[in-house]
Amino acid sequence: MAAKSIISRPVYGTLSPQPGKHHLFVADAEGALAISDLAAKAPAGFFADAHIIFIPGNDGKHVAALEALKPAQFYQGPTFASALPRLKQTLANAHMGLRLYLAGTEGLIGQAMQVALEAGIDHTAIQTEHRGSLARRIQCVHCKGITENVTTQPATCSHCGLLLLVRDHYSRRLAAFQGVCINAEDRSEIPPTEEIFR
Amino acid sequence: MYAVNIEPHVVGPKGSVLENLIDVDEHYVAEMQDRALVLAEDPLRCQSLPHMTLAGWDLLELLMEQQALGYPEHFTLTRDGDKWRWINRPLGIDDSFTFGDVSTLPYGPMEYITRQSQGDFCILDQRDGNLWMDAGMVTTQADWSLDFDIGMNFFEWHAPVPLAHEKGIFTRALKFLTNIQQGKPARRLNWTMTINPRLDTSPENYHKWGPDRATVTPENVGDKVHLRVELQSFWRLPRSNGIVFPIRCYLIKMDELVTQPKWARRLHRVIRDLPEELADYKGLTRYRATLVEWLSKLDDGSPTSAGFGPD
Repeated sequence: MAAKSIISRPVYGTLSPQPGKHHLFVADAEGALAISDLAAKAPAGFFADAHIIFIPGNDGKHVAALEALKPAQFYQGPTFASALPRLKQTLANAHMGLRLYLAGTEGLIGQAMQVALEAGIDHTAIQTEHRGSLARRIQCVHCKGITENVTTQPATCSHCGLLLLVRDHYSRRLAAFQGVCINAEDRSEIPPTEEIFR
Repeated sequence: MYAVNIEPHVVGPKGSVLENLIDVDEHYVAEMQDRALVLAEDPLRCQSLPHMTLAGWDLLELLMEQQALGYPEHFTLTRDGDKWRWINRPLGIDDSFTFGDVSTLPYGPMEYITRQSQGDFCILDQRDGNLWMDAGMVTTQADWSLDFDIGMNFFEWHAPVPLAHEKGIFTRALKFLTNIQQGKPARRLNWTMTINPRLDTSPENYHKWGPDRATVTPENVGDKVHLRVELQSFWRLPRSNGIVFPIRCYLIKMDELVTQPKWARRLHRVIRDLPEELADYKGLTRYRATLVEWLSKLDDGSPTSAGFGPD
């Protein structure tokens, strides 16, 4: 079991239509369902000022449902990295009145928020909703490498190979949870690995 | 278990660590060399977010003034408008620069002066009724990462501390700290324990120093186990309205500590009675029983007098 949650651990809400001139959505996989649910509550014409950036993932579902909302712009990309230049440009050119909505896995929400923070948007002004996998993005505190899609406790750092305790301590700036060597005091102690962040 | 043990940071008795508000001691040159080694290996121990440069100048002024005031034989600051000259004799530095112009110093202002000042330094930006860890020089820390925590607010960077949130400690401490006034610094003490007299007990290097904790035996407790006391002070910065938070670390080995019978008795009781969450958080678990057993032989059960001074 993971330790009980702590204050730096992000808390996610439920997307709801915000007053604004433009609406930018970034979502992956089942995050699309959060956008559909928002659409059911949105005023008529809401998506005429919307831009959806969607990373469907391997099964490629939900694309048609999002297209059916008829957003002003719709993009689907294979990975978050491929969507990143578009997201950065959109934020760089944004004016007052842009609202940002993030939905899907924690890794997607965290990385999109990281870009938004760098563009000067306050994190409390961003709508978020967690859907889908609980897989974590972790920073190894020792080698500083980021390991994506961590589902186990403990987890092996994909860079330096140390066995890491995945903490709840979270950095918005790094968009990552902290990983700390779990057997630093005695390497011969190998705790059992459990899949807990599915 | 916890107390908000904050008091005004005023000058104390001659010969004590409080003789001057910024203490420079016999370890000065060695600690500055240690810092340079740590930074060469891991430059991420010193970081300053872009909006924190002015606060860095505030800190440079504070540390130059305080060190020159307390130790005129070692440090001299002369000012002619914004043309400043800083002489640091122990480190062989004599630099002239323009206050406020970063191009006239070899490092940013915070890094420049904290490479010449004992203790870690965190500079906190004050906004939205909170304090934000937006700059720091952290090479002698007790197991927390500036690189991970930079940019977090007061509650977020303290998130891993057990039990204290529930007790409202951080809410009260934040209220106090956001009201610190210029010229009226405050201080508190914090403590943990360290195996071997090592200043850099960072999480970055935990896999290197962590094994030391498994080396404590009844025979070597007195030499290996150290009480680590942090003198933390809090100062309002005049131009940036930030707060600087120096964390000055002192280590004393058990053999030295128990030369004061009062300290031996009290430390025995503190370590023995510490809630398990805190012992775990402080990293004592692996050698706690060995330490308590060793200290128990020096505790005759008599009362300890008030305060932390020796009898």
